[in-house]
Amino acid sequence: MHELSIAMSIVDMAQEEAERRNVHIEAVHLELGALSGVVKEALLFSFEIACDGTPLQGSRLVVKDVPIEVYCPACNMPKTLASMQWFCCPDCGTPASEVIHGKELVITALELKQ
Amino acid sequence: MSPEPRLLEVRKNVLKQNDVIARALRDRFRAQGTYVISLVSSPGAGKTTFLEKTLTVLRPHYRVAALVGDLATENDALRLARSGAPVRQITTGTLCHLEAAMVENSLKDWKLGQLDLLFIENVGNLVCPASYDLGEDLRLVLLSVTEGEDKPLKYPTIFNGADAAVITKIDLAAAVEFDELTANANIQAVRPGMLVFKVSAKTNEGMDGFLQFLAQTHTRSSQNTPV
Ligand SMILES: [Zn+2]
Repeated sequence: MHELSIAMSIVDMAQEEAERRNVHIEAVHLELGALSGVVKEALLFSFEIACDGTPLQGSRLVVKDVPIEVYCPACNMPKTLASMQWFCCPDCGTPASEVIHGKELVITALELKQ
Repeated sequence: MSPEPRLLEVRKNVLKQNDVIARALRDRFRAQGTYVISLVSSPGAGKTTFLEKTLTVLRPHYRVAALVGDLATENDALRLARSGAPVRQITTGTLCHLEAAMVENSLKDWKLGQLDLLFIENVGNLVCPASYDLGEDLRLVLLSVTEGEDKPLKYPTIFNGADAAVITKIDLAAAVEFDELTANANIQAVRPGMLVFKVSAKTNEGMDGFLQFLAQTHTRSSQNTPV
């Protein structure tokens, strides 16, 4: 399980940003791709542990799941996969290996304490 | 009524530090003409045996070396060293995967300009290594016939992120009733167009085909190296 070390990176990065801007964090918003290799439940659990004893203690991690989007060479446009066990265009069935979205592991916003 | 949450927009890639080091490594490998191949698999897939055979066969023709990630013991490194190639252990402690910084630190005094091929054996794990770029040119995912045909469907992320698949212990296929067609279909389902090699490090079946492929991709990459 590598979610704990990833959670610690998230806490470090968020805290660094908070200190730089002199703000306090209520929640960290994260985009998490289905192909990121990170398990959401494990990450949420690890985030709480990683926050312990830091200025982020008690803050939340708000995860936005990013589905896998591939480029379909037949339809000539991006398509969202129905299943990560089937890398084919959901409309025409053409195999599609070019991944456009789904690998995200990105902090997108900090929700600040009022 | 509570006030609207105040949102501060940022955009920070959580794995940026690893990605930056991996990119620098890749540039360095390319500049020095070293072709880098990493191997991922679950524990017991025969990764070390396969790599030992690969190193032994390549060594008379190429300058080869290996880095091997392991949780604690040095057994894998000792086994690989029997090939005669320079081998270094990366002990990861409790960490279940290699990161680019560990690769960078382990290179130490090795002169990359004197290495044609560098192999990086990741820790036996089909989950965590998926998130970390190591600066390699080629990522191989290994699957042994004893693990069953549905492994790619259970671990689509690591299979999708690999460049080629190697089915190991093919000499045992009949004994464990391994269904090659289904395995291949499952690999293609999660990574359309993936090259699949079927090998046995024990009987040498399929090893030639794999080594020829390595030689070709290595040559192609060195010809593309900007001078
Ligand atoms: Zn299509």
